[in-house]
Amino acid sequence: MVTYEADAWTALGDPTRRAIFARLAERPRPVGELAHGLPVSRPAVSQHLRVLKEAGLVTDRSAGNRRIYRVDPDGLAALRTQLDRFWNEALANYKQLVEQSTEEDE
Amino acid sequence: MTTQAEQTSVQTAIVAEAPVERAFQVFTEDFDRIKPRDHNLLEVDIAESVFEPRAGGRVYDRGVDGSECQWARVIAYEPPERIVFTWDISPQWQLETDLSKASEVELRFIPEGDRRTRVELEHRHLDRHGSGWEGLREGVGGEQGWPLYLGRFAERVA
Repeated sequence: MVTYEADAWTALGDPTRRAIFARLAERPRPVGELAHGLPVSRPAVSQHLRVLKEAGLVTDRSAGNRRIYRVDPDGLAALRTQLDRFWNEALANYKQLVEQSTEEDE
Repeated sequence: MTTQAEQTSVQTAIVAEAPVERAFQVFTEDFDRIKPRDHNLLEVDIAESVFEPRAGGRVYDRGVDGSECQWARVIAYEPPERIVFTWDISPQWQLETDLSKASEVELRFIPEGDRRTRVELEHRHLDRHGSGWEGLREGVGGEQGWPLYLGRFAERVA
């Protein structure tokens, strides 16, 4: 899914979002805690979280009147997307080589 | 519905117009030209990628300055049918320091007649790389980390 990759890349292309994401990789946190220690406002953090969520990188859940964010456990999907592309490219190279060398032998 | 195994693996296949022996041989001998060149964990450009054709063999990239990066270990080498090797690269595209977290890749070469071979590839146990995100703190912020990698994809896709 090309769109998904592009979204994940765009989402992590921003240094603040990378910082937020790295903090969530440590452990799940509410927005307030994320905002604390970052040089951006709480609404800005919420905005960044929305982008990360849309890119499929983080999920959230309600806990009382707070929302707890965490790295999407299905982030495995992003790894799969990368590897799928890697191997498809490798096998396409491979097929070309095999068929080329087989023709040369004849 | 996807099963757990499907979620933790990547599968792909191609059919090559070549006898199975030839198909098997080319994979290891020409691995240098098969592996996408821009996937590089070295600090310098890759001069050559080497696949040692035996169980216990190493798979590594050699840089133009002679430096080496071994990123896989051959577990099974059974010509002309099957190859299995580990994938010692983390989701952050860095060497997996804890080899118990390595995933593995299996290639199966299946003859479909005298001159045609189906090659099936399965990259499995991806969940062994932690949740896929462990250790991300180091990888995600660095220049060589995941964002750069995704960026390369994005450039090529665009």
